[in-house]
Amino acid sequence: MLAKRIIPCLDVDAGRVVKGVKFVDIRDAGDPVEIAKRYDAEGADEITFLDITASSDERNTMAQVVEQVASQVFIPLTVGGGIRSVDDIRRLLNAGADKVGINTAAVKRPELVKQAADKVGSQCIVLSIDAKKVASSEVHPRWEIFTHGGRTPTGIDAVEWAIKMTDYGAGELLLTSMDRDGTKIGFDLELTRTISQAVSIPVIASGGVGKLEHLCEGVTSGKADAVLAASIFHFGEYTIQQAKDAMRAHNIPIRV
Amino acid sequence: MKKIAVVDYGMSNLHSVTSALKAVANDQQVIEVCQRPEDIDNADRIVFPGQGAAADCMQQIRATGLVTALQQAASEKPFLGICMGMQVLMETSDENGGTDCLAMFKGSVKQFGPDMPAADGRLKVPHMGWNQIRQTLDHPVWHGIAQDSYFYFVHSYYVALAHAKQQVGRTHYGVEFTSVLAQGYVFAMQCHPEKSADNGLQLLTNFLNWSGK
Repeated sequence: MLAKRIIPCLDVDAGRVVKGVKFVDIRDAGDPVEIAKRYDAEGADEITFLDITASSDERNTMAQVVEQVASQVFIPLTVGGGIRSVDDIRRLLNAGADKVGINTAAVKRPELVKQAADKVGSQCIVLSIDAKKVASSEVHPRWEIFTHGGRTPTGIDAVEWAIKMTDYGAGELLLTSMDRDGTKIGFDLELTRTISQAVSIPVIASGGVGKLEHLCEGVTSGKADAVLAASIFHFGEYTIQQAKDAMRAHNIPIRV
Repeated sequence: MKKIAVVDYGMSNLHSVTSALKAVANDQQVIEVCQRPEDIDNADRIVFPGQGAAADCMQQIRATGLVTALQQAASEKPFLGICMGMQVLMETSDENGGTDCLAMFKGSVKQFGPDMPAADGRLKVPHMGWNQIRQTLDHPVWHGIAQDSYFYFVHSYYVALAHAKQQVGRTHYGVEFTSVLAQGYVFAMQCHPEKSADNGLQLLTNFLNWSGK
């Protein structure tokens, strides 16, 4: 049976793993290779790197990080952050990434997703969506997408966008609730479920995980195909193995 | 020294495959990325990966003049097909409105449909993630790998063999499909051993040590 995936996410700045708490207090959390190895040993199903480097010079550092990790860790690796062109995508895939996440660039130029899927295959293209609830009607909830790390509203409906990007050739959606990100109160399950049921491709739930129960809810109630979390794994609050144990206790199929 | 040729016909990112092979190769085994027919002829064993669309893959294989070398190699030395490198061994693929393939195995390649049964609602395509392989036949390349072990899959099409006896592994996703086939020197799998952690590394080790008989 296809297992539900647990994906730890690492923020990388200038070649080091960092974790910002509410986007200000950036704490150095270590060497990407060492951390990736530890997650692999604990049973992580994939690893996602988010490049939070601002300068283009340091973006080349990201490719080096990916190359080092991919030479030693043999599970799927996704890289997102700052990707603007098919060339950027190729560079990261050639360095050893299996998938790349596209967010802001897709909003600016949706054709990029089509071009990229044509060139490198849909299976390599993860469309990242940062969504925020804008209408809280119980009958017709509505979410809009935001870009630039959640700062810029676009007016685009999140569900329509997810369907459109699926049609354009995205192979997977990484769905982050901007309302929940960093709050530790759990995923926006309604958003996750709505989008997961609206598209034919896998959906990764992200944003808001504070405890293991939240990961389970993302799959059971949110209908996500995978769950992504950062901080709960970063500072040793929980191990991937504990997360898997919790999911198993809920009869969620996981890789053992 | 024994030469392991990883076939490069422009349709795959070879970094992961070569890294994983290097991680498990012994001192006497050299991993080389090869583009020319003579490199395939001169190798001791062949790793044949691939991704993307079937029509593009077949076009590249033909354009690079590799058809005969691949068919020859598959009949005389250990040959590992991975993902699209398994699918193009079949006669035809339904992808791209019907594509003629290498016809080393009888059967075709079919698409997962959203109308297939899924555990919770609709079947997501691609089939992406870790799924189990039921070993349906003993094979040296299975050595040390437990029954129903998990491997990493990413694909939208699957192999339908004409001869069930060539199946050595099957997986369930919407349907029961042949995830691993073998015959003679050929062992081919839909999943990615190079991305399947310890099980994948064990499988690659087994392949490098397999005599092919």
